[in-house]
Amino acid sequence: MRTGSATGRTGSRYWRSKTAYLGVLPFLIFSGLFLLYPTWNVISGSVKDTHNKFSTTVLKEVFNSPVARHAFANSLELSAKTAIVGAILGGLFAWAIVTGKPGGVFYKVSVALSSVLAQFGGVMLTFAFLATFGFNGLISSLAVKFLPNTFLADSTWLYGMNGLSVLYTFFQIPLMVLVFLPTLENLKPQWREASDALGGKAHEYWLRIGIPILTPSFAGAALLLFVNSFSAYATANTLINLSDFLTPLEIATALTSETGGSNPAEAKSLSLFMVIVVVIVMGLYALLRRNVSKWEQKR
Amino acid sequence: MKQSLGVRLWRWTIIFVVALYLLVPLYAMFDFSTKPFSYADKGRTFRAWTMIASQPDLVPAITRSLITAAIVMALILFLIVPTAIWVHLKLPALRRPFELLCLLPLAIPAIVIVVGIAPLYRWISININESPITLAGVYSMLILPYTYRSLSAALDAVDIHTLAEAATTLGATISRVIFGIIMPTIKTGIVNGSFIAIALVLGEYTISNILNFKTFQVVIAQIGRTNGNVAVAVSLASLLFVIFLLLIIPTKKRQGTVLDVDVA
Repeated sequence: MRTGSATGRTGSRYWRSKTAYLGVLPFLIFSGLFLLYPTWNVISGSVKDTHNKFSTTVLKEVFNSPVARHAFANSLELSAKTAIVGAILGGLFAWAIVTGKPGGVFYKVSVALSSVLAQFGGVMLTFAFLATFGFNGLISSLAVKFLPNTFLADSTWLYGMNGLSVLYTFFQIPLMVLVFLPTLENLKPQWREASDALGGKAHEYWLRIGIPILTPSFAGAALLLFVNSFSAYATANTLINLSDFLTPLEIATALTSETGGSNPAEAKSLSLFMVIVVVIVMGLYALLRRNVSKWEQKR
Repeated sequence: MKQSLGVRLWRWTIIFVVALYLLVPLYAMFDFSTKPFSYADKGRTFRAWTMIASQPDLVPAITRSLITAAIVMALILFLIVPTAIWVHLKLPALRRPFELLCLLPLAIPAIVIVVGIAPLYRWISININESPITLAGVYSMLILPYTYRSLSAALDAVDIHTLAEAATTLGATISRVIFGIIMPTIKTGIVNGSFIAIALVLGEYTISNILNFKTFQVVIAQIGRTNGNVAVAVSLASLLFVIFLLLIIPTKKRQGTVLDVDVA
């Protein structure tokens, strides 16, 4: 809210009228069909029993189930780890991109590569890492030759929490680059110039100006990464065959089980708990954004 | 501005580490795809790559995915971006609800959206027809958080109110203000958002698989079940193809330079 539209600094009466609300109608209808309706379908379904009556039995069952709790803890741990590592590496890489030549080859290639790899999940990502660290993979066969006693030589680490963390970080880094790059590009060069002109050193600029300015946006981006891996499904599904390891896997099993164990109510309850976590995270995100706005209005 | 040695050292260390992380698995895919996969082969072979052309399902799947991507792009350009600008410009009271709505897809795992949308999808494919439009609709909602993030970052950086009022004073209509004035100034945001859209559509598996839509990824997974080397070759080829596609899309001068003065 840099331009202070809410405070009406530049927005005049001319731009506000009741008919303006009609402008969002097409989008509202569209998102109602493809987003709000499915969401409502799932949430309302989680508190209904098989006869369409209100009931919280399934919800309680899921909450008290040790299997569900374990999967939930795994999901949280994995998301937190990969969000932090991904945000730091991706943020640093975004900085390396903006300090390069604007619009140069490196910039273009990095952005293009990032946008592809950020969505590079599922079957293809699993292929890539099996070819790298899996049995007879590129790195693991090298490790067997030269470092036979390290964990790299034995590819079992890939099929668990550690392996998933490495795979998830692979798409978290480029996503961070995409999300954080616009913020870094909007850092005003004048601030750096002012700091330099007043005798500030490089580390003083980063410590007192750069990092405080970027912290809310950085944390916001990290929260987005957290949610991104929290709801990721395809990669985990193709890498490990444990249906109870992560909550999304558990949901998918409950929904699509072909052995007759299909249980949509359980799936909907599980997703409700996921939604609750994400809503909390998003609330934090909104708070951060408000701080960004406040700071910008003060300026 | 000349960079100091320390900055350059840091920069290249970071680039090296991240590039290693991102590129080694891609090289490993290449390595794997050229491994011999039958007794007739000796040493390295490109047979997996030449077999790509003879996969019958591949071309229709790619066409289907690209059509879907085109529809998603059109939805971004003519529905999502104008609405975002409209809200920023005219309805500041709706900014918070709009942001929440845009971030909502993050809260709903893709697999859950599929379950929620299944009845609607069934209705559309029975009563209208089985077109990629439903799929594109779901996809455009899935990418909404990312599109919104890059759009709002770009919109925040530019004083669109001054721009819009100046344009209106000079006699521009509202559609010209949105499509001719504001959209060009937030090009980086739009281009970033569209990049993500293309990549998502070509990389999405969960939803199209469950809705029984033979998109690119679904077909790759199919091939992977019968011939791993070919599947890895196709995956790598598609990655390179998408990166190439994104590279030839022209990116013009970055935003910010035009309007630096009056925002600061």
